[in-house]
Amino acid sequence: MSTSLERHKYDVVIVGAGGAGLRAAVEAREAGLKVAILCKSLFGKAHTVMAEGGAAASMGNANSNDNWMVHFRDTMRGGKFLNHYRMAELHAKESPDRIWELEMWGALFDRTKEGKISQRNFGGHEYPRLAHVGDRTGLELIRTMQQRIVALQQKDKRDHGDAESFIKVFAEFTVTEVLKENGKVAGVYGYYRENGHEALFEAPAVILATGGVGKTFKITSNSWEGTGDGHALALKAGGNLVDMEFLQFHPTGMVWPPSVRGILVTESVRGEGGILTNSLGERFMFKYIPDVFKDKYADNEAEADRWYTDQDNNRRPPELLPRDEVARAINSEVKAGRGTEHGGVFLDVSKRLSAEVIKKRLPSMWHQFYELAGVDITKEAMEVGPTCHYVMGGVEVEPDTAAAVGVPGLFAAGECAGGMHGSNRLGGNSLSDLLVFGRRAGMGAAAYVKQTTATPVSEATVAAAAKKVEAPFTRTGGENPYALHQELQEVTHNLVGIIRTKKELQEAIDKIADLRTRIANVTVTGDRTFNPGFHLSFDLDNMLLIAESTAKSAIVREESRGGHTRDDFPGMNAEWRQKNNISSFNGSEVVVRQQKLPELTKELFDLFDVHELEKYMTPAEISKGGSN
Amino acid sequence: MARTLKLRIWRGNAESGALQDVTVNANDGEVVLDVIHRVQAEQMNDLAVRWNCKAGKCGSCSMEINGKPRLACMTQVGSFEPEETITVTPLRAFPVIKDLVTDVSFNYKKAMEVPAFEPPVGMKPGEPRMQQIDVERSQEFRKCIECFLCQDTCHVIRDHEENKKSFAGPRFFIRIAELDMHPLDILRNRKKTAQEEHGLGMCNITKCCTEVCPEHIRITDNAIIPMKERVVDEKYDPLRWLGSVIRKREGIL
Repeated sequence: MSTSLERHKYDVVIVGAGGAGLRAAVEAREAGLKVAILCKSLFGKAHTVMAEGGAAASMGNANSNDNWMVHFRDTMRGGKFLNHYRMAELHAKESPDRIWELEMWGALFDRTKEGKISQRNFGGHEYPRLAHVGDRTGLELIRTMQQRIVALQQKDKRDHGDAESFIKVFAEFTVTEVLKENGKVAGVYGYYRENGHEALFEAPAVILATGGVGKTFKITSNSWEGTGDGHALALKAGGNLVDMEFLQFHPTGMVWPPSVRGILVTESVRGEGGILTNSLGERFMFKYIPDVFKDKYADNEAEADRWYTDQDNNRRPPELLPRDEVARAINSEVKAGRGTEHGGVFLDVSKRLSAEVIKKRLPSMWHQFYELAGVDITKEAMEVGPTCHYVMGGVEVEPDTAAAVGVPGLFAAGECAGGMHGSNRLGGNSLSDLLVFGRRAGMGAAAYVKQTTATPVSEATVAAAAKKVEAPFTRTGGENPYALHQELQEVTHNLVGIIRTKKELQEAIDKIADLRTRIANVTVTGDRTFNPGFHLSFDLDNMLLIAESTAKSAIVREESRGGHTRDDFPGMNAEWRQKNNISSFNGSEVVVRQQKLPELTKELFDLFDVHELEKYMTPAEISKGGSN
Repeated sequence: MARTLKLRIWRGNAESGALQDVTVNANDGEVVLDVIHRVQAEQMNDLAVRWNCKAGKCGSCSMEINGKPRLACMTQVGSFEPEETITVTPLRAFPVIKDLVTDVSFNYKKAMEVPAFEPPVGMKPGEPRMQQIDVERSQEFRKCIECFLCQDTCHVIRDHEENKKSFAGPRFFIRIAELDMHPLDILRNRKKTAQEEHGLGMCNITKCCTEVCPEHIRITDNAIIPMKERVVDEKYDPLRWLGSVIRKREGIL
């Protein structure tokens, strides 16, 4: 077996070819590293293409009052102060440079009248801050970086005679395991989805950039790829996940027809003036403005409407509250019987903008509703409801280097890393996150590789990894992976969803334990050639770990904050704000413990009005005034 | 309302294959990809189909539906007659891997042959100033989701494997046009290389590519024809010809 095994040697292997993975690849190559990019789908198809609204960066093009400090404050508020302050700080400081450099690689953002990059409003951002291209910003980002990688490969061809001498993309490749020797990362193992052939990549550094976990849930905006691979790979390699209870249910997913349920309706619809109403015609968001946001959001329609033309003298419309607030509000309206026929609420932009402007600013939304739901959004309201969109929790990393805590040589960036967004992510902060931390992961890996020596992967390790890949075919009498996936999704949807209780979470934990034994026995039919059942059998194992980590973190956090709402503990608890839930895997189950959240530094503490911090922090924290 | 649907799916590999008939339930509002997934989950666990976003944004689920190149995620089951059998086959212009999945690596090779974007020397990040009207022409082409349906339908390569070597295809003509019209790109001769190295001249503007584009990019009218016209202008303008000879053709066209 091992004599015929395909073997590669690289300085760094990047798992995932979305925005974070590609940005990491560019950085690592420019630092002189030999880079392999392993992507589960074709090059350029990753979930980043689905990001619509924009990338948040305080360039100040639309409002010159904007700067990194305002962006930092907004990010911390959005995350309800559970963010790792250092990540939020780096993100706010560096995102403008990351956007500007994309322009030098050929990106074409929409423009202001002065010819600068245009910036749009979004929920939770004090000023218009999102660089955008209509409502297809994610596509622009991924295509720009894809083309940047091609440009680097063309240069390598000129300089070294081989375009793939320093960066090679391995498309449709699944990584099944991060391999370690002597406690350090030594490479990865996996197989080509096309033919099932296995391959070993030896490398001293591995960057996980695998995105989200949405496919663990029944209604999601995520594609099939969002199966938490990086989260699970890190757990199995001895890394930690931080705060997996925090999942963002995007308030506006499509609800009808059933086949498109969950597909995203961009927040830009609200940013451009879309309003939310219930079946009684009430603009209900005014009822749901939480105390901590009362001074920033309009409590009446007249003021909210004026804000679109005069932002300096009016408070923002409540449709632009952070996503967790809007999702809960919609959930409450539907539960109270004021939902639409298909269990959503109405989102209408047709009354505020002309058909021409809608088609120009929201072209893919118009297209999506017209072609998939038969709804013309220039004339009618859309029906929308919450959809599982983003996981705030993720691999615990060192903010400056993106190094995974506890696993030398492992790095993580983008959605699969945790900490940056705290308990809730602001729209627009994920595209900037993946640029800022994708780059930092590339830099971190380069610095690590230069001061370490590569460890060869032992034959015993290879043999063990190969055996795991073969396993689904050698088992007999087990269940069908599709049916098990549906069952797992029912458990998470019904018991670990938007509103949670202790009783239901315990039931979920029990059911997940039962599913673990059944998934371990899953049986696959057919052969190895492009066999989706075979692929799903590995994804299932990953999603099970995600579900377990989420449920076990959710049951211990006895408060409601951001993307975690406990019916039995409805308010925020300042004691819990100081704690992260850390998940690890002991070989048979996920174990969750608490760890102290890093304290804001004095410099960052002082950026806030102390009365605002009093809403979140204990008196002891306030009197201390940040760490030194 | 659920109904029963007749589906005919091509199953096979690089060596051989055949159409197989199945019946499957379909619900109101479903797209072809939904029913293929149902077949996969209930009847053919190892049926190969490529897909990602299921929202018409990633361009993965390209296939031929009743002989037409389409995205399965954007093709409503309700758009066919109730009794009609829907036939799904892999893209014809590319080699089959398995069932509905083809090897589209041809396109990635062609992408590598188009010279990259080149900004002005010395320009620093944050400095560019461009007017919206000037970026919009290239933005139209940057909407491309790389589904490669235009490549599949283009008759220059659809049934002519021998042309693939010297023909980049509509997807890369719009890429070249995008760079050619990009306000910051300084590389000259893009139109000329489109003609001489990427096979622009082989296109005889039948507009099949434009018809199948799910993003409604006007490939022929806005990219191919303008490039062809300017290539012709420059090639047959005697003054330009003389100038190019005198200046040894360096960077003039």
